[in-house]
Amino acid sequence: MLHDYGQIGILVIISLIFPLGAVVTSWALRMVNVRPDVPSNPVMTDTYECGLRTEGPSLVQFNFRFYYIALLFVLFDVELVFLFPWAIIYDTMGWPGFFEGVGFIGILCLGILYAWRKGALEWR
Amino acid sequence: MSLLMLITDNWYDIRDLGNVSHEILYQLDRVLPYSLVYIIAALMGFVASFLIFVLPSQLFVGVLGERKIIGRMQSRYGPNRVGKFGLLQPIADAIKLIQKEALTPKAADKAVMYIAPIVFVAPAVLLFAVVPFGGHSVFADIPVSIVYFIAISGLPVLAAFIGGWSHANKYSLFGSMRIVAMTISYEVPLVLSLLSVVLITGTMRLGGHDGIDGIVQWQRDYHIWLIFLQPLAFLIYFFCVSAELNRTPTDIAEAESEIVAGYLTEYSGMKWGLFYGMDIGYALAAAAFASTVFLGGWSMFGLDRWIPSWLIIIAKTHLFYFIFIWTRGTLPRLRIDQLMTFAWKFLLPLSLANLLVIATEKVIWNKATDGNFDNFWVYIFAAVNILLSVAAVFIWARLLGYRPEATPKRPRLVNTASGYVPIPAPSREVR
Repeated sequence: MLHDYGQIGILVIISLIFPLGAVVTSWALRMVNVRPDVPSNPVMTDTYECGLRTEGPSLVQFNFRFYYIALLFVLFDVELVFLFPWAIIYDTMGWPGFFEGVGFIGILCLGILYAWRKGALEWR
Repeated sequence: MSLLMLITDNWYDIRDLGNVSHEILYQLDRVLPYSLVYIIAALMGFVASFLIFVLPSQLFVGVLGERKIIGRMQSRYGPNRVGKFGLLQPIADAIKLIQKEALTPKAADKAVMYIAPIVFVAPAVLLFAVVPFGGHSVFADIPVSIVYFIAISGLPVLAAFIGGWSHANKYSLFGSMRIVAMTISYEVPLVLSLLSVVLITGTMRLGGHDGIDGIVQWQRDYHIWLIFLQPLAFLIYFFCVSAELNRTPTDIAEAESEIVAGYLTEYSGMKWGLFYGMDIGYALAAAAFASTVFLGGWSMFGLDRWIPSWLIIIAKTHLFYFIFIWTRGTLPRLRIDQLMTFAWKFLLPLSLANLLVIATEKVIWNKATDGNFDNFWVYIFAAVNILLSVAAVFIWARLLGYRPEATPKRPRLVNTASGYVPIPAPSREVR
Protein backbone atom coordinates (compact mmCIF):
# COMPACT_ATOMS: atom_id res chain seq x y z
CA MET A 1 0.00 0.00 0.00
CA LEU A 2 2.81 2.43 0.87
CA HIS A 3 4.28 1.33 -2.44
CA ASP A 4 1.37 3.06 -4.22
CA TYR A 5 1.62 6.28 -2.21
CA GLY A 6 5.32 6.51 -3.01
CA GLN A 7 4.52 6.32 -6.70
CA ILE A 8 2.02 9.14 -6.29
CA GLY A 9 4.85 11.10 -4.65
CA ILE A 10 6.99 10.58 -7.76
CA LEU A 11 4.01 11.66 -9.87
CA VAL A 12 3.80 14.92 -7.87
CA ILE A 13 7.34 15.76 -8.98
CA ILE A 14 6.54 14.86 -12.61
CA SER A 15 3.35 16.91 -12.52
CA LEU A 16 5.29 19.97 -11.37
CA ILE A 17 8.00 19.51 -14.02
CA PHE A 18 5.36 19.27 -16.76
CA PRO A 19 3.93 22.85 -16.53
CA LEU A 20 7.32 24.28 -15.54
CA GLY A 21 8.63 22.94 -18.86
CA ALA A 22 6.01 24.89 -20.79
CA VAL A 23 6.68 28.14 -18.91
CA VAL A 24 10.47 27.72 -19.16
CA THR A 25 10.24 27.04 -22.92
CA SER A 26 8.25 30.23 -23.33
CA TRP A 27 10.88 32.10 -21.27
CA ALA A 28 13.71 30.59 -23.33
CA LEU A 29 12.02 31.79 -26.53
CA ARG A 30 12.16 35.31 -25.12
CA MET A 31 15.90 34.90 -24.49
CA VAL A 32 16.56 34.01 -28.14
CA ASN A 33 14.36 36.91 -29.29
CA VAL A 34 11.60 34.81 -30.85
CA ARG A 35 9.17 36.27 -28.37
CA PRO A 36 9.06 40.05 -27.76
CA ASP A 37 10.96 41.04 -24.61
CA VAL A 38 9.57 44.35 -23.38
CA PRO A 39 6.00 45.41 -24.21
CA SER A 40 6.04 47.66 -27.25
CA ASN A 41 3.76 50.18 -25.54
CA PRO A 42 3.98 51.08 -21.81
CA VAL A 43 0.18 51.34 -21.63
CA MET A 44 0.02 47.59 -22.18
CA THR A 45 1.28 46.87 -18.67
CA ASP A 46 -1.46 48.95 -17.04
CA THR A 47 -4.23 47.14 -15.21
CA TYR A 48 -6.92 46.31 -17.76
CA GLU A 49 -10.15 48.25 -17.45
CA CYS A 50 -12.13 47.96 -20.66
CA GLY A 51 -9.73 50.11 -22.66
CA LEU A 52 -10.00 53.18 -20.43
CA ARG A 53 -7.26 54.51 -18.16
CA THR A 54 -7.33 52.74 -14.77
CA GLU A 55 -8.98 54.86 -12.09
CA GLY A 56 -8.63 54.37 -8.34
CA PRO A 57 -7.66 51.22 -6.46
CA SER A 58 -8.21 47.95 -8.26
CA LEU A 59 -8.62 45.63 -5.28
CA VAL A 60 -12.16 46.83 -4.62
CA GLN A 61 -14.85 45.72 -2.19
CA PHE A 62 -17.03 42.80 -3.15
CA ASN A 63 -20.28 41.18 -2.09
CA PHE A 64 -20.43 40.11 1.54
CA ARG A 65 -22.47 36.99 0.55
CA PHE A 66 -19.26 35.18 -0.37
CA TYR A 67 -18.41 34.91 3.34
CA TYR A 68 -21.78 33.32 4.16
CA ILE A 69 -21.15 30.72 1.50
CA ALA A 70 -17.67 30.03 2.82
CA LEU A 71 -18.96 29.61 6.41
CA LEU A 72 -21.71 27.22 5.28
CA PHE A 73 -19.16 25.25 3.29
CA VAL A 74 -16.91 24.85 6.33
CA LEU A 75 -19.90 23.65 8.37
CA PHE A 76 -20.81 20.99 5.83
CA ASP A 77 -17.36 19.89 4.76
CA VAL A 78 -16.21 19.11 8.28
CA GLU A 79 -19.29 16.96 8.77
CA LEU A 80 -18.76 15.18 5.47
CA VAL A 81 -15.26 14.15 6.51
CA PHE A 82 -16.79 12.33 9.48
CA LEU A 83 -19.42 10.63 7.31
CA PHE A 84 -16.90 8.71 5.17
CA PRO A 85 -15.69 6.40 7.97
CA TRP A 86 -19.33 5.87 8.93
CA ALA A 87 -20.11 4.77 5.37
CA ILE A 88 -17.20 2.31 5.37
CA ILE A 89 -18.12 0.46 8.59
CA TYR A 90 -21.85 0.80 7.96
CA ASP A 91 -22.28 -2.91 7.06
CA THR A 92 -21.29 -4.04 10.53
CA MET A 93 -23.66 -1.73 12.42
CA GLY A 94 -27.22 -2.52 11.33
CA TRP A 95 -30.13 -0.36 12.50
CA PRO A 96 -28.22 1.35 15.39
CA GLY A 97 -25.70 2.60 12.88
CA PHE A 98 -28.51 3.86 10.67
CA PHE A 99 -30.04 5.91 13.49
CA GLU A 100 -26.67 7.30 14.53
CA GLY A 101 -26.19 8.44 10.95
CA VAL A 102 -29.69 9.92 10.83
CA GLY A 103 -28.98 11.89 13.99
CA PHE A 104 -25.74 13.22 12.58
CA ILE A 105 -27.32 14.20 9.26
CA GLY A 106 -30.26 15.65 11.20
CA ILE A 107 -27.91 18.14 12.85
CA LEU A 108 -26.65 18.95 9.36
CA CYS A 109 -30.25 19.54 8.22
CA LEU A 110 -30.94 21.79 11.21
CA GLY A 111 -27.92 23.86 10.21
CA ILE A 112 -29.12 24.36 6.67
CA LEU A 113 -32.71 25.05 7.83
CA TYR A 114 -31.43 27.77 10.17
CA ALA A 115 -29.34 29.30 7.40
CA TRP A 116 -32.35 29.13 5.06
CA ARG A 117 -34.68 30.84 7.55
CA LYS A 118 -32.08 33.53 8.24
CA GLY A 119 -31.85 34.21 4.51
CA ALA A 120 -28.20 33.27 4.15
CA LEU A 121 -29.00 31.28 1.00
CA GLU A 122 -30.62 34.20 -0.82
CA TRP A 123 -28.31 35.92 -3.27
CA ARG A 124 -29.34 39.55 -3.45
CA MET B 1 -12.74 -21.09 -24.52
CA SER B 2 -9.42 -22.87 -24.82
CA LEU B 3 -8.20 -20.04 -27.01
CA LEU B 4 -9.03 -17.65 -24.20
CA MET B 5 -7.13 -19.79 -21.71
CA LEU B 6 -4.10 -19.67 -24.00
CA ILE B 7 -3.67 -15.90 -23.80
CA THR B 8 -4.95 -15.26 -20.29
CA ASP B 9 -2.58 -13.28 -18.07
CA ASN B 10 0.41 -13.56 -20.41
CA TRP B 11 2.42 -10.53 -21.41
CA TYR B 12 0.78 -10.47 -24.86
CA ASP B 13 -2.67 -10.38 -23.29
CA ILE B 14 -3.47 -6.78 -24.22
CA ARG B 15 -6.99 -6.88 -22.80
CA ASP B 16 -5.32 -5.52 -19.69
CA LEU B 17 -2.23 -3.36 -20.18
CA GLY B 18 -1.13 -4.29 -16.66
CA ASN B 19 0.08 -7.66 -17.99
CA VAL B 20 2.59 -6.03 -20.33
CA SER B 21 3.85 -3.54 -17.76
CA HIS B 22 4.17 -6.20 -15.05
CA GLU B 23 6.21 -8.36 -17.42
CA ILE B 24 8.52 -5.45 -18.33
CA LEU B 25 9.02 -4.56 -14.66
CA TYR B 26 9.65 -8.21 -13.78
CA GLN B 27 12.35 -8.47 -16.42
CA LEU B 28 13.89 -5.15 -15.32
CA ASP B 29 13.88 -6.26 -11.70
CA ARG B 30 16.29 -9.08 -12.55
CA VAL B 31 18.99 -6.70 -13.81
CA LEU B 32 18.39 -3.38 -12.03
CA PRO B 33 18.22 -2.38 -8.33
CA TYR B 34 14.71 -2.18 -6.90
CA SER B 35 14.74 1.59 -6.27
CA LEU B 36 15.42 2.24 -9.95
CA VAL B 37 12.68 -0.17 -11.04
CA TYR B 38 10.32 1.64 -8.68
CA ILE B 39 10.99 4.99 -10.34
CA ILE B 40 10.72 3.41 -13.79
CA ALA B 41 7.34 1.98 -12.79
CA ALA B 42 6.10 5.44 -11.87
CA LEU B 43 7.39 6.90 -15.14
CA MET B 44 5.74 4.11 -17.11
CA GLY B 45 2.45 4.77 -15.38
CA PHE B 46 2.73 8.47 -16.19
CA VAL B 47 3.56 7.80 -19.84
CA ALA B 48 0.78 5.25 -20.20
CA SER B 49 -1.99 7.19 -18.53
CA PHE B 50 -1.11 10.77 -19.30
CA LEU B 51 0.96 10.95 -22.46
CA ILE B 52 -0.91 8.21 -24.33
CA PHE B 53 -4.47 8.77 -23.18
CA VAL B 54 -4.91 12.24 -21.70
CA LEU B 55 -2.72 14.47 -23.82
CA PRO B 56 -3.91 13.21 -27.25
CA SER B 57 -7.52 13.32 -26.07
CA GLN B 58 -6.93 16.80 -24.78
CA LEU B 59 -5.42 18.03 -28.02
CA PHE B 60 -7.59 16.30 -30.60
CA VAL B 61 -10.88 15.79 -28.76
CA GLY B 62 -10.69 18.73 -26.38
CA VAL B 63 -9.17 21.52 -28.46
CA LEU B 64 -10.15 20.44 -31.97
CA GLY B 65 -13.14 18.10 -31.65
CA GLU B 66 -14.92 20.29 -29.13
CA ARG B 67 -14.60 23.39 -31.31
CA LYS B 68 -15.70 21.47 -34.38
CA ILE B 69 -18.74 19.95 -32.63
CA ILE B 70 -19.78 23.28 -31.13
CA GLY B 71 -19.27 24.86 -34.53
CA ARG B 72 -21.62 22.33 -36.10
CA MET B 73 -24.16 22.90 -33.34
CA GLN B 74 -24.08 26.62 -34.19
CA SER B 75 -24.29 26.04 -37.97
CA ARG B 76 -20.68 26.88 -38.82
CA TYR B 77 -17.61 24.83 -39.72
CA GLY B 78 -15.22 25.26 -36.83
CA PRO B 79 -11.45 25.14 -37.38
CA ASN B 80 -10.70 23.71 -40.85
CA ARG B 81 -7.74 25.70 -42.19
CA VAL B 82 -4.58 24.26 -40.60
CA GLY B 83 -3.89 20.85 -42.09
CA LYS B 84 -6.48 18.42 -43.42
CA PHE B 85 -9.85 19.07 -41.65
CA GLY B 86 -7.95 21.40 -39.31
CA LEU B 87 -6.17 18.46 -37.71
CA LEU B 88 -3.04 20.50 -37.00
CA GLN B 89 -5.00 23.24 -35.24
CA PRO B 90 -3.97 22.17 -31.68
CA ILE B 91 -0.28 22.23 -32.66
CA ALA B 92 -0.66 25.61 -34.35
CA ASP B 93 -2.38 26.92 -31.21
CA ALA B 94 0.43 25.65 -29.00
CA ILE B 95 3.11 27.24 -31.20
CA LYS B 96 1.23 30.52 -31.25
CA LEU B 97 0.73 30.56 -27.48
CA ILE B 98 4.30 29.70 -26.61
CA GLN B 99 5.79 32.54 -28.66
CA LYS B 100 3.15 35.09 -27.76
CA GLU B 101 3.98 38.26 -25.86
CA ALA B 102 3.32 37.56 -22.16
CA LEU B 103 2.22 40.72 -20.40
CA THR B 104 2.52 41.23 -16.66
CA PRO B 105 0.68 44.24 -15.27
CA LYS B 106 2.73 46.72 -13.25
CA ALA B 107 0.47 46.34 -10.20
CA ALA B 108 0.45 42.53 -10.28
CA ASP B 109 2.03 40.21 -7.74
CA LYS B 110 4.48 38.59 -10.16
CA ALA B 111 5.52 35.54 -8.12
CA VAL B 112 1.94 34.47 -7.44
CA MET B 113 1.01 35.16 -11.04
CA TYR B 114 3.70 32.74 -12.24
CA ILE B 115 2.93 30.09 -9.60
CA ALA B 116 -0.82 29.95 -10.28
CA PRO B 117 -0.75 28.15 -13.69
CA ILE B 118 1.69 25.58 -12.34
CA VAL B 119 -0.53 24.91 -9.32
CA PHE B 120 -3.46 24.67 -11.73
CA VAL B 121 -1.85 22.06 -14.00
CA ALA B 122 -0.26 19.74 -11.42
CA PRO B 123 -3.54 18.35 -9.93
CA ALA B 124 -4.83 17.46 -13.41
CA VAL B 125 -1.89 15.10 -13.83
CA LEU B 126 -2.38 13.71 -10.32
CA LEU B 127 -6.10 13.02 -10.84
CA PHE B 128 -5.43 10.32 -13.42
CA ALA B 129 -3.30 8.35 -10.96
CA VAL B 130 -6.32 6.56 -9.52
CA VAL B 131 -8.46 6.09 -12.65
CA PRO B 132 -8.38 2.36 -13.47
CA PHE B 133 -7.80 1.47 -17.12
CA GLY B 134 -8.17 -2.23 -16.39
CA GLY B 135 -8.05 -4.71 -13.55
CA HIS B 136 -4.29 -4.44 -13.10
CA SER B 137 -3.47 -1.30 -15.06
CA VAL B 138 -3.98 1.38 -12.43
CA PHE B 139 -1.21 3.83 -11.62
CA ALA B 140 -1.90 3.59 -7.89
CA ASP B 141 -4.90 1.56 -6.71
CA ILE B 142 -4.99 3.08 -3.24
CA PRO B 143 -7.85 2.08 -0.88
CA VAL B 144 -9.04 5.70 -0.47
CA SER B 145 -9.21 6.61 -4.17
CA ILE B 146 -12.50 8.51 -3.87
CA VAL B 147 -11.26 10.75 -1.05
CA TYR B 148 -8.01 11.25 -2.96
CA PHE B 149 -9.94 12.29 -6.07
CA ILE B 150 -12.17 14.73 -4.16
CA ALA B 151 -9.19 16.24 -2.36
CA ILE B 152 -7.06 16.69 -5.48
CA SER B 153 -9.93 18.05 -7.57
CA GLY B 154 -10.38 20.78 -4.95
CA LEU B 155 -6.91 22.18 -5.62
CA PRO B 156 -7.36 23.94 -9.01
CA VAL B 157 -9.85 26.39 -7.55
CA LEU B 158 -7.08 27.56 -5.24
CA ALA B 159 -4.90 28.19 -8.27
CA ALA B 160 -7.71 30.06 -10.03
CA PHE B 161 -8.22 32.16 -6.90
CA ILE B 162 -4.59 33.16 -6.34
CA GLY B 163 -4.18 33.70 -10.08
CA GLY B 164 -7.14 36.06 -10.21
CA TRP B 165 -6.17 37.84 -7.02
CA SER B 166 -2.57 38.41 -8.08
CA HIS B 167 -3.57 40.63 -11.03
CA ALA B 168 -4.82 43.48 -8.85
CA ASN B 169 -7.67 43.87 -11.33
CA LYS B 170 -11.35 44.36 -10.50
CA TYR B 171 -12.64 41.81 -12.96
CA SER B 172 -10.06 39.21 -11.97
CA LEU B 173 -10.95 39.68 -8.33
CA PHE B 174 -14.68 39.29 -9.02
CA GLY B 175 -14.00 36.25 -11.17
CA SER B 176 -11.87 34.55 -8.55
CA MET B 177 -14.41 35.26 -5.77
CA ARG B 178 -17.15 33.85 -7.98
CA ILE B 179 -15.26 30.69 -8.86
CA VAL B 180 -14.45 29.99 -5.20
CA ALA B 181 -18.05 30.57 -4.12
CA MET B 182 -19.44 28.40 -6.90
CA THR B 183 -16.96 25.57 -6.44
CA ILE B 184 -17.39 25.28 -2.69
CA SER B 185 -21.18 25.45 -3.05
CA TYR B 186 -21.24 22.56 -5.48
CA GLU B 187 -18.60 20.62 -3.55
CA VAL B 188 -21.07 19.69 -0.79
CA PRO B 189 -23.74 17.90 -2.90
CA LEU B 190 -20.96 16.32 -4.99
CA VAL B 191 -19.33 14.76 -1.95
CA LEU B 192 -22.73 13.66 -0.61
CA SER B 193 -23.59 11.93 -3.88
CA LEU B 194 -20.25 10.10 -3.85
CA LEU B 195 -20.82 9.24 -0.19
CA SER B 196 -23.98 7.35 -1.12
CA VAL B 197 -21.91 5.37 -3.65
CA VAL B 198 -19.40 4.53 -0.92
CA LEU B 199 -22.27 3.54 1.35
CA ILE B 200 -23.80 1.04 -1.08
CA THR B 201 -20.51 -0.49 -2.24
CA GLY B 202 -18.78 -0.41 1.14
CA THR B 203 -15.40 0.51 -0.37
CA MET B 204 -13.54 3.67 -1.31
CA ARG B 205 -11.25 1.94 -3.81
CA LEU B 206 -12.06 2.85 -7.41
CA GLY B 207 -10.66 -0.11 -9.32
CA GLY B 208 -10.34 -3.52 -7.78
CA HIS B 209 -10.15 -6.81 -9.62
CA ASP B 210 -11.03 -10.42 -8.90
CA GLY B 211 -10.36 -10.86 -5.20
CA ILE B 212 -9.97 -7.17 -4.29
CA ASP B 213 -12.99 -5.02 -3.51
CA GLY B 214 -13.47 -1.88 -5.53
CA ILE B 215 -16.27 0.12 -7.07
CA VAL B 216 -15.67 -1.24 -10.58
CA GLN B 217 -15.35 -4.77 -9.23
CA TRP B 218 -18.62 -4.31 -7.29
CA GLN B 219 -20.40 -3.30 -10.50
CA ARG B 220 -18.90 -6.32 -12.27
CA ASP B 221 -19.99 -8.68 -9.49
CA TYR B 222 -23.59 -7.51 -9.37
CA HIS B 223 -23.92 -7.01 -13.14
CA ILE B 224 -25.40 -3.53 -12.74
CA TRP B 225 -24.05 -0.04 -13.26
CA LEU B 226 -24.43 2.37 -10.39
CA ILE B 227 -26.21 4.84 -12.70
CA PHE B 228 -29.22 2.48 -12.59
CA LEU B 229 -28.93 1.80 -8.88
CA GLN B 230 -28.44 5.46 -7.95
CA PRO B 231 -29.82 7.68 -10.72
CA LEU B 232 -30.24 10.64 -8.38
CA ALA B 233 -26.65 10.48 -7.18
CA PHE B 234 -25.54 10.38 -10.81
CA LEU B 235 -27.64 13.42 -11.72
CA ILE B 236 -26.34 15.37 -8.73
CA TYR B 237 -22.77 14.39 -9.55
CA PHE B 238 -23.26 15.44 -13.17
CA PHE B 239 -24.70 18.88 -12.31
CA CYS B 240 -22.06 19.53 -9.65
CA VAL B 241 -19.13 18.49 -11.75
CA SER B 242 -20.27 20.47 -14.77
CA ALA B 243 -20.58 23.49 -12.49
CA GLU B 244 -17.13 22.95 -11.03
CA LEU B 245 -15.59 22.57 -14.47
CA ASN B 246 -16.62 26.13 -15.14
CA ARG B 247 -17.80 25.50 -18.69
CA THR B 248 -20.38 27.50 -20.58
CA PRO B 249 -23.77 26.97 -18.91
CA THR B 250 -22.13 27.72 -15.57
CA ASP B 251 -19.07 29.78 -16.44
CA ILE B 252 -20.01 32.81 -14.35
CA ALA B 253 -16.38 33.04 -13.20
CA GLU B 254 -15.26 34.03 -16.69
CA ALA B 255 -18.49 35.41 -18.12
CA GLU B 256 -17.22 37.67 -20.88
CA SER B 257 -20.36 39.79 -21.00
CA GLU B 258 -20.20 40.65 -17.27
CA ILE B 259 -16.58 40.51 -16.07
CA VAL B 260 -14.16 40.63 -18.98
CA ALA B 261 -12.61 37.18 -18.70
CA GLY B 262 -12.83 36.66 -14.96
CA TYR B 263 -9.71 35.34 -13.32
CA LEU B 264 -8.01 35.01 -16.71
CA THR B 265 -8.29 38.69 -17.64
CA GLU B 266 -4.60 39.60 -17.36
CA TYR B 267 -3.15 36.24 -18.39
CA SER B 268 -1.62 35.90 -21.83
CA GLY B 269 0.74 33.63 -23.68
CA MET B 270 1.70 30.25 -22.29
CA LYS B 271 0.35 30.99 -18.81
CA TRP B 272 -3.11 31.44 -20.30
CA GLY B 273 -2.50 28.37 -22.46
CA LEU B 274 -1.87 26.22 -19.41
CA PHE B 275 -5.17 27.34 -17.88
CA TYR B 276 -7.04 26.73 -21.13
CA GLY B 277 -5.47 23.36 -21.81
CA MET B 278 -5.97 22.04 -18.33
CA ASP B 279 -9.63 23.06 -18.21
CA ILE B 280 -10.02 20.32 -20.80
CA GLY B 281 -7.82 18.04 -18.70
CA TYR B 282 -10.17 18.48 -15.75
CA ALA B 283 -13.19 17.81 -17.93
CA LEU B 284 -11.56 14.58 -19.11
CA ALA B 285 -10.68 13.60 -15.54
CA ALA B 286 -14.24 14.25 -14.40
CA ALA B 287 -15.58 12.24 -17.33
CA ALA B 288 -13.20 9.35 -16.60
CA PHE B 289 -14.14 9.43 -12.92
CA ALA B 290 -17.87 9.55 -13.66
CA SER B 291 -17.66 6.67 -16.10
CA THR B 292 -15.65 4.69 -13.56
CA VAL B 293 -18.00 5.26 -10.67
CA PHE B 294 -21.38 5.32 -12.40
CA LEU B 295 -20.93 3.64 -15.80
CA GLY B 296 -19.01 0.54 -14.80
CA GLY B 297 -15.51 1.76 -15.60
CA TRP B 298 -13.52 -0.73 -17.65
CA SER B 299 -16.19 -3.44 -17.30
CA MET B 300 -18.95 -3.93 -19.85
CA PHE B 301 -21.35 -6.70 -18.73
CA GLY B 302 -18.90 -9.49 -19.53
CA LEU B 303 -17.77 -8.00 -22.84
CA ASP B 304 -14.56 -6.97 -21.09
CA ARG B 305 -13.46 -10.59 -21.51
CA TRP B 306 -13.15 -9.91 -25.25
CA ILE B 307 -12.64 -6.17 -25.72
CA PRO B 308 -9.50 -4.56 -24.24
CA SER B 309 -10.53 -2.89 -21.00
CA TRP B 310 -8.68 0.34 -21.74
CA LEU B 311 -10.67 0.77 -24.97
CA ILE B 312 -13.91 0.49 -22.98
CA ILE B 313 -12.97 3.14 -20.44
CA ILE B 314 -11.65 5.49 -23.15
CA ALA B 315 -14.88 5.10 -25.13
CA LYS B 316 -17.00 5.78 -22.04
CA THR B 317 -14.88 8.79 -21.11
CA HIS B 318 -15.29 10.34 -24.53
CA LEU B 319 -19.00 9.60 -24.55
CA PHE B 320 -19.30 11.45 -21.25
CA TYR B 321 -17.11 14.27 -22.52
CA PHE B 322 -19.45 14.62 -25.49
CA ILE B 323 -22.31 15.30 -23.04
CA PHE B 324 -20.22 18.13 -21.56
CA ILE B 325 -19.71 19.56 -25.06
CA TRP B 326 -23.41 19.15 -25.79
CA THR B 327 -24.51 21.11 -22.72
CA ARG B 328 -21.90 23.72 -23.55
CA GLY B 329 -23.16 24.08 -27.10
CA THR B 330 -26.87 24.27 -26.34
CA LEU B 331 -27.54 25.91 -22.97
CA PRO B 332 -27.34 29.64 -22.24
CA ARG B 333 -25.34 30.93 -19.28
CA LEU B 334 -27.05 30.99 -15.88
CA ARG B 335 -26.97 33.88 -13.42
CA ILE B 336 -24.95 33.61 -10.22
CA ASP B 337 -28.02 33.76 -7.95
CA GLN B 338 -29.66 30.96 -9.95
CA LEU B 339 -26.56 28.81 -9.61
CA MET B 340 -26.17 29.38 -5.87
CA THR B 341 -29.86 28.74 -5.22
CA PHE B 342 -29.71 25.58 -7.30
CA ALA B 343 -26.80 24.22 -5.28
CA TRP B 344 -28.01 25.05 -1.78
CA LYS B 345 -31.78 24.74 -2.11
CA PHE B 346 -32.22 22.05 -4.73
CA LEU B 347 -29.20 19.76 -4.91
CA LEU B 348 -28.22 19.72 -1.24
CA PRO B 349 -31.59 18.61 0.24
CA LEU B 350 -32.00 16.07 -2.55
CA SER B 351 -28.57 14.59 -1.93
CA LEU B 352 -29.24 14.36 1.82
CA ALA B 353 -32.54 12.58 1.10
CA ASN B 354 -30.76 10.29 -1.35
CA LEU B 355 -28.20 9.40 1.30
CA LEU B 356 -30.93 8.49 3.80
CA VAL B 357 -32.77 6.34 1.25
CA ILE B 358 -29.57 4.49 0.37
CA ALA B 359 -28.74 3.98 4.06
CA THR B 360 -32.19 2.47 4.69
CA GLU B 361 -31.90 0.20 1.69
CA LYS B 362 -28.46 -0.95 2.72
CA VAL B 363 -29.69 -2.05 6.17
CA ILE B 364 -32.69 -3.86 4.65
CA TRP B 365 -30.39 -5.52 2.15
CA ASN B 366 -27.95 -6.65 4.84
CA LYS B 367 -30.80 -8.05 6.97
CA ALA B 368 -32.44 -9.82 4.03
CA THR B 369 -29.38 -11.44 2.49
CA ASP B 370 -27.53 -11.98 5.77
CA GLY B 371 -24.21 -11.11 4.16
CA ASN B 372 -24.58 -13.56 1.27
CA PHE B 373 -24.20 -12.63 -2.38
CA ASP B 374 -27.65 -11.86 -3.79
CA ASN B 375 -28.48 -10.09 -7.03
CA PHE B 376 -32.23 -10.00 -6.56
CA TRP B 377 -32.36 -7.15 -4.02
CA VAL B 378 -30.05 -4.99 -6.09
CA TYR B 379 -32.49 -5.04 -9.01
CA ILE B 380 -35.43 -4.33 -6.67
CA PHE B 381 -33.58 -1.33 -5.25
CA ALA B 382 -32.68 -0.12 -8.74
CA ALA B 383 -36.37 -0.07 -9.74
CA VAL B 384 -37.37 1.62 -6.48
CA ASN B 385 -34.61 4.21 -6.75
CA ILE B 386 -35.43 5.18 -10.32
CA LEU B 387 -39.07 5.82 -9.37
CA LEU B 388 -38.10 7.63 -6.16
CA SER B 389 -35.58 9.82 -7.99
CA VAL B 390 -38.07 10.99 -10.61
CA ALA B 391 -40.68 11.65 -7.90
CA ALA B 392 -38.22 13.46 -5.66
CA VAL B 393 -36.96 15.74 -8.42
CA PHE B 394 -40.48 16.72 -9.53
CA ILE B 395 -41.93 17.13 -6.04
CA TRP B 396 -39.02 19.15 -4.70
CA ALA B 397 -38.96 21.39 -7.78
CA ARG B 398 -42.70 22.02 -7.34
CA LEU B 399 -42.28 22.79 -3.63
CA LEU B 400 -39.59 25.31 -4.47
CA GLY B 401 -42.04 27.04 -6.79
CA TYR B 402 -41.15 25.78 -10.27
CA ARG B 403 -44.22 25.47 -12.48
CA PRO B 404 -43.50 23.68 -15.77
CA GLU B 405 -46.82 24.76 -17.28
CA ALA B 406 -46.01 28.43 -16.56
CA THR B 407 -42.80 28.43 -18.60
CA PRO B 408 -43.16 29.48 -22.23
CA LYS B 409 -43.19 26.78 -24.84
CA ARG B 410 -40.50 26.71 -27.46
CA PRO B 411 -41.75 28.34 -30.68
CA ARG B 412 -42.04 25.98 -33.63
CA LEU B 413 -39.85 26.90 -36.58
CA VAL B 414 -40.60 26.57 -40.27
CA ASN B 415 -38.15 26.77 -43.15
CA THR B 416 -39.07 29.44 -45.70
CA ALA B 417 -37.20 31.12 -48.52
CA SER B 418 -36.08 33.94 -46.24
CA GLY B 419 -34.78 31.66 -43.51
CA TYR B 420 -36.32 30.30 -40.33
CA VAL B 421 -39.37 32.13 -38.97
CA PRO B 422 -41.48 31.11 -35.98
CA ILE B 423 -45.04 30.17 -36.78
CA PRO B 424 -47.76 30.95 -34.24
CA ALA B 425 -48.90 28.09 -32.04
CA PRO B 426 -52.27 26.45 -32.91
CA SER B 427 -55.26 28.30 -31.50
CA ARG B 428 -56.20 25.60 -28.99
CA GLU B 429 -52.93 26.20 -27.12
CA VAL B 430 -53.56 29.94 -26.78
CA ARG B 431 -54.97 30.76 -23.38
